[in-house]
Amino acid sequence: MIEFCNVVKNFGDKKALKGISFTVNDGEIMGFLGPNGAGKTTALNILTGYLSATSGTAKINGIDVLEKPKIVKSQIGFLPEQPPLYFDMTVKEYLSFVYDLKKPSLPKKAHIEEVCHVVKIHDVFGRMIKNLSKGYKQRVGIAQALIGNPEVLIFDEPTVGLDPKQIIEIRNLIKSLGNNHTVILSSHILPEVQQICDRIVVINEGAIVANEKTEDLIMAVSGPYKQIAKICGPEADVIKTIRNIYGVKNIEVLGKRDTDSISYYIESEERVDIRKLLFSSLAKAGYPLIGLEGVEASLEDIFISLTNRASGEDKPSKLKKGV
Amino acid sequence: MFSVYKKELKSYFITPVGYIFTGVFLAVSGILFSLCTLYQVESSSVSLYFSLLFLVLAILLPLLTMKLLSDERRTKTEQLLLTSPISLFGMICGKYFAALTLYGVTLLVNSVNFSLLYVYGEPNLSIIIADIIAIFFVGAAFLAVGIFISAITESQLIAAVMTILATFGMILMSYIASAVSTEWLRVIIKWFAVYNRFTAFSNGMFDIAAIIYFISFTVIFLFLTARLYERRRWS
Repeated sequence: MIEFCNVVKNFGDKKALKGISFTVNDGEIMGFLGPNGAGKTTALNILTGYLSATSGTAKINGIDVLEKPKIVKSQIGFLPEQPPLYFDMTVKEYLSFVYDLKKPSLPKKAHIEEVCHVVKIHDVFGRMIKNLSKGYKQRVGIAQALIGNPEVLIFDEPTVGLDPKQIIEIRNLIKSLGNNHTVILSSHILPEVQQICDRIVVINEGAIVANEKTEDLIMAVSGPYKQIAKICGPEADVIKTIRNIYGVKNIEVLGKRDTDSISYYIESEERVDIRKLLFSSLAKAGYPLIGLEGVEASLEDIFISLTNRASGEDKPSKLKKGV
Repeated sequence: MFSVYKKELKSYFITPVGYIFTGVFLAVSGILFSLCTLYQVESSSVSLYFSLLFLVLAILLPLLTMKLLSDERRTKTEQLLLTSPISLFGMICGKYFAALTLYGVTLLVNSVNFSLLYVYGEPNLSIIIADIIAIFFVGAAFLAVGIFISAITESQLIAAVMTILATFGMILMSYIASAVSTEWLRVIIKWFAVYNRFTAFSNGMFDIAAIIYFISFTVIFLFLTARLYERRRWS
């Protein structure tokens, strides 16, 4: 179990973390979501013992990282944002070095082979790290985190700079690792944490703005409450029809996407799913609904939504222009 | 600590640094040895050779320390070391002793030169051994200064230049100290004047106090390096 209790970190006058607290239960995959500069990396660096907190405590399995750093560090596998690789080593030499650093009580050769098999780098085992592709380098970085079979795995922006195929591979790998480890995945990409994590902690400007189960958070900020609909028919009449549907809060005309249909952004009241009503009302009025898709919330939308929710306001996103 | 030591020692020979240091040290030392002893017809003395070796050490030893910590910081690999279950001091000592080992072995190989003196005469073995031991400890102190400076910057080049300046400064302190009239300042400057501590060995005396001084000097700079990391961690 990971416990982060009221952690403050100041860099001179700048408050990087403003007293954040969260816990991660055993076997959980927690997404640490936030824009660049939000304080994610600082928090993770404190948890791994790389930095010290100005105040507050970071504990793993009840042990404070400052009080017994060796014990805590032996329970953590950490992949920083930039994988800590020695380019003039082969993969084999590098993993052997990491093994020697961590000194786990596992048979060296068999353990390294097992890790290579898990992250699928056995085919580049004898190659120099500097000659590997970025995807493979990232995998080697994950492999070093797995050496010693630590209970806790921490990945800081593990897919940054990778191509789409590599991103999918690394995400699948992290998801599979979550079966046997407690994982913290730091990212600024919402679909990434949405796809992989059980729970999401959202951090912005050094403060936690949400700490919820993934599905709850996504439902709260997007879910079936925001739609883009392609409808055939006169714009004014279609808008009038949609406005008459119970629960519709906001409509925005996005424009003509093809010759005979217009796209509309439709937002309903929270917890009101208008999709069935929308379909039947438009059919009844004789305006064919030829396309309907849910709007995925962007990270910016989430922050606006969460900030509004925290301050008790209920105003539409600044990005959307209501009709 | 041993894992870091092994890795650093190996890395000296993966990159050309180890070969350059050993090769240049042996070559320059050999030339100086010839000029100071073998080609001196009327009188020869190893003390001049060892005095000049001070300057060689000041230029070449920074090669061994310049990348030890600066490069780890630049490439972010220090995150691996500092988040691994090894102590900070153990990590620093592992790197330091790797540099010390390469320097010590090179010095040992270089000592073969002295056997040539037996061809031409009867050298005083105790003076030679005392000088070799002393120069080893002087180098050990220079390496500690080098690793401290390597922790300050991310640039190997800056680390090397600063270390050369610092070690030259430490050699010159002997001369500067004598020119300073203020008592307390002279005491401080003299503390850094490593050459003063070496002169007893040149006269054939095995100065235990000087050896303790060199070891203390080394430990203090290793400790300061660790403190620098701690301070960075907390700042």
